Amino acid sequence: MTSQNAKKIEVKDLNYFYGNEQALFDVSMKIADKMVTAIIGPSGCGKSTLIKSINRIGEISSEIKIRGDVLLDGENIYSKSVNLVELRRRVGMVFQKPNPFPKSILENVLFGPKLHGVSSRGRLEEITETSLHKAALWNEVKDKLNKSAMELSGGQQQRLCIARALAVDPEVLLMDEPCSALDPIGTAHIEDTIENLKNQYCIVIVTHNMQQAARVSQKTAFFMRGKIVEYDKTENIFTKPKEKLTEDYITGRFG
Amino acid sequence: MEQLAQKSFSLKSPPHIGSSPHVKNGHDLKHYSFKQKLWEGLIHFFLACNGYLAIVLIALIFLFLFKEGLQALQTINPLQFIGSKTLDFEGREIFSFIWQPVSSTPKYSLLPLLTGSFLVALPATLISTFLGIGCGIYLAELASPRVRNFLKPTIEILAGVPTVVIGFLALSVIATFVQNQFHTEFRLNAFVGALGVSLVIIPVIASMTEDALRAVPSELREASYGLGATRWETLSKVILPAGISGISASVLLGMGRALGETMIVLMATGNAAVFTYNIFSSVRTMTATIASELGAVAHGSEAYHVLFFVGCILFTFTFFINLFSEIVVERMRRKLKL
Amino acid sequence: MNLWRKILGHFFEGVCRGCAFVVLFAVIFILVFITKQGISTISWNFLSTAPSHGMTSGGIFPAIFGTIVITLLMILMALPLGVSAAIYLNEYAGNRKGARIIRASINNLAGVPSIVFGLFGLGFFILFVGRKLDQVLQTGLLFGQPALLWAAATLAVLVLPVIIVSTEEALKSVPLSHREAAYGLGATRWQMIRRVVLPQSLPGILTGAILSISRGAGETAPILFTGAAYFLPKLPLVKLWGILPMINPLDQFMELAYHIFIMATQSTNVALTRPIQYGTALVLLAITFLLNFSAILLRIRFRKKLRRG
Repeated sequence: MTSQNAKKIEVKDLNYFYGNEQALFDVSMKIADKMVTAIIGPSGCGKSTLIKSINRIGEISSEIKIRGDVLLDGENIYSKSVNLVELRRRVGMVFQKPNPFPKSILENVLFGPKLHGVSSRGRLEEITETSLHKAALWNEVKDKLNKSAMELSGGQQQRLCIARALAVDPEVLLMDEPCSALDPIGTAHIEDTIENLKNQYCIVIVTHNMQQAARVSQKTAFFMRGKIVEYDKTENIFTKPKEKLTEDYITGRFG
Repeated sequence: MEQLAQKSFSLKSPPHIGSSPHVKNGHDLKHYSFKQKLWEGLIHFFLACNGYLAIVLIALIFLFLFKEGLQALQTINPLQFIGSKTLDFEGREIFSFIWQPVSSTPKYSLLPLLTGSFLVALPATLISTFLGIGCGIYLAELASPRVRNFLKPTIEILAGVPTVVIGFLALSVIATFVQNQFHTEFRLNAFVGALGVSLVIIPVIASMTEDALRAVPSELREASYGLGATRWETLSKVILPAGISGISASVLLGMGRALGETMIVLMATGNAAVFTYNIFSSVRTMTATIASELGAVAHGSEAYHVLFFVGCILFTFTFFINLFSEIVVERMRRKLKL
Repeated sequence: MNLWRKILGHFFEGVCRGCAFVVLFAVIFILVFITKQGISTISWNFLSTAPSHGMTSGGIFPAIFGTIVITLLMILMALPLGVSAAIYLNEYAGNRKGARIIRASINNLAGVPSIVFGLFGLGFFILFVGRKLDQVLQTGLLFGQPALLWAAATLAVLVLPVIIVSTEEALKSVPLSHREAAYGLGATRWQMIRRVVLPQSLPGILTGAILSISRGAGETAPILFTGAAYFLPKLPLVKLWGILPMINPLDQFMELAYHIFIMATQSTNVALTRPIQYGTALVLLAITFLLNFSAILLRIRFRKKLRRG
């Protein structure tokens, strides 16, 4: 892996506004490829806003304004002529609550590839199997691919959403508190899946669970009130934080 | 735990995990496929056309109605819409309120039509306010789920009965009943019409009242019960005041419907354009006037424009009543959210 | 004191219960009465033949035919237009001030009296559009008179707001999370609408469509001057190339609701025509009842499905 430490995503002096309310203040960070970067912080600190700014999904539901840049492989994703379809194909996302479509498991996985014009039967079968394997769901659902996705458990639904995101072969995988709606077993499954994927994708995970950040990530950014407080290797953040605020947070003095 | 172990096993031996690109890769971010550009653009254009066409049609109703209606004002003195000087039987000149658009000296007093409309709409609104609100309260707060599951669709069925069928019943059954009870001079009169019209607006008021009461947060209810209030006290002192704007909106809307109802009043009110306050007299509403005379007037004539003018008045009345009720509902929604 | 509170409560609750039962009684009375009076008239002959002997005997087939044809034409015009307009307003136009005003006026239009639509239909479709067409195409007086086409167009404008409002409601019921998921997979706006939003809102849209068909079938005022006829010796059909029967949109037509109105108010021989009137009313009631009932069922299923996921 030559690009191990290349900066896949670069956020430069990003200021993000919902209407007139500012959610991010001069955020700058470089996110490396083929590893897991965790973003932690108290609720309302802007961590979700940050990852929603990376595939520009935040702007479909609210009026936003931004100042600053977000670069993907050196290209500014906020420049005017960017094709959001292309961007979101390359930057996949898994949401806070599992949100499978009310369709069959198979249709869910193949939703993306079909959008992008994959039509050969063999190809689609291959994608289904690979994606479900990567999301560690294949063994559980291989015999009921035509069953409705709504019949799966919460944890299975979330892994299905991961498989669905992987099926379009993204380069970046954004995960917005993917385990917040799951029980401990479901959470363990997701974390195993992340472990399994980290060498192939640039994964950015937002979590309110510090143990989770410590378990799955190689780098961690701590956010507060829309600003980066500290961004370092995960082990440094959790063992020898440089900032007093970080220390207070990870030792549970507020949060 | 067994499940977990099994799963991690499966993780260790996936058949072909590798980053094989599924979808053709390598486009830069600014690449738009020809298909995407063209297709999305075409669809956007098509939908926008339809959207604007619908809006234009809707605007046209308004524009066209007023264009035709206001032409009446070019040849007719507005005073004539109130009344005109006529000679009484002894040859004296008096100021009278007569609607007689097709005659050698047409008279266009709108007062008989306005009083006719309100003589039907007000009693109808009164009756259905009483019955509709009672029904709505019963549905929302008192009925058991089983009764509600039966009553609610029944009321919806009433809302779906074609007005011409209700008009027919008013004409054939209600009119006879009313005449036998009240020994009225005219078999078809404003009261018969009002009874028929209330059948149309009861469902409107009942279901909007129910919605308004159901929108009241249950915390309010629980708080009131917690303070030892009885069911009726909770209802009358807490829930009804909270839902009052929704209920008044439903009454307004019902009144709008009553003013605009055509077939029932056309069939059941006797169709005599007389200026009266007697509810048991035959009357003719604005809607019935348009319905019964539009076929008889020459297109483009003065009387034709006057009928459009009546249409404008109707439109304006109902439009503002509806607008007002919508504002009331909107305010209620905002208040309950806070 | 406590007793007084109790009595008062019981009294007012009793009043509400009484109101509900009066209304219930009224509905049951209407249904039972019309059915009882009308059922003896209904026969295959009544449903399949035309009126005869100066409308005092025979059946109502032309009116049934006319009702079906006009509601079909109406929905063909209103549904595509209304649904696409709603999609545009809800998915493309956003929530800007202009869009909000347009939405409010559409809502408002649903409450405009139907006779006003009749005025509009006559004045605009027949006297303006129709006469202009005749002038331009040099067809004498072909388009500029009451006809099936114009009556259907008038009804279409009448139900347009109903369709737009119910479609918008159905579209709004699709959760944001599903839209986000589709966009997140790189769907274009239209792909998102076609593959995620429309399948989920289809039952809601259909419910609105059925309700508007039922409304259109029961309306009389808008067609009084735009095409309904008292009696016509033949169906509004034309033979295309001399063989293929096709509906002639420029013919006038008979229609159930109008038939009831005209028989009830213009007939001189009440004894002979009353059974026909009740029979016609029963047929119309049955049609609208079936339509509304299926819409209610569809809506219940739709709501259940939404709650599940």
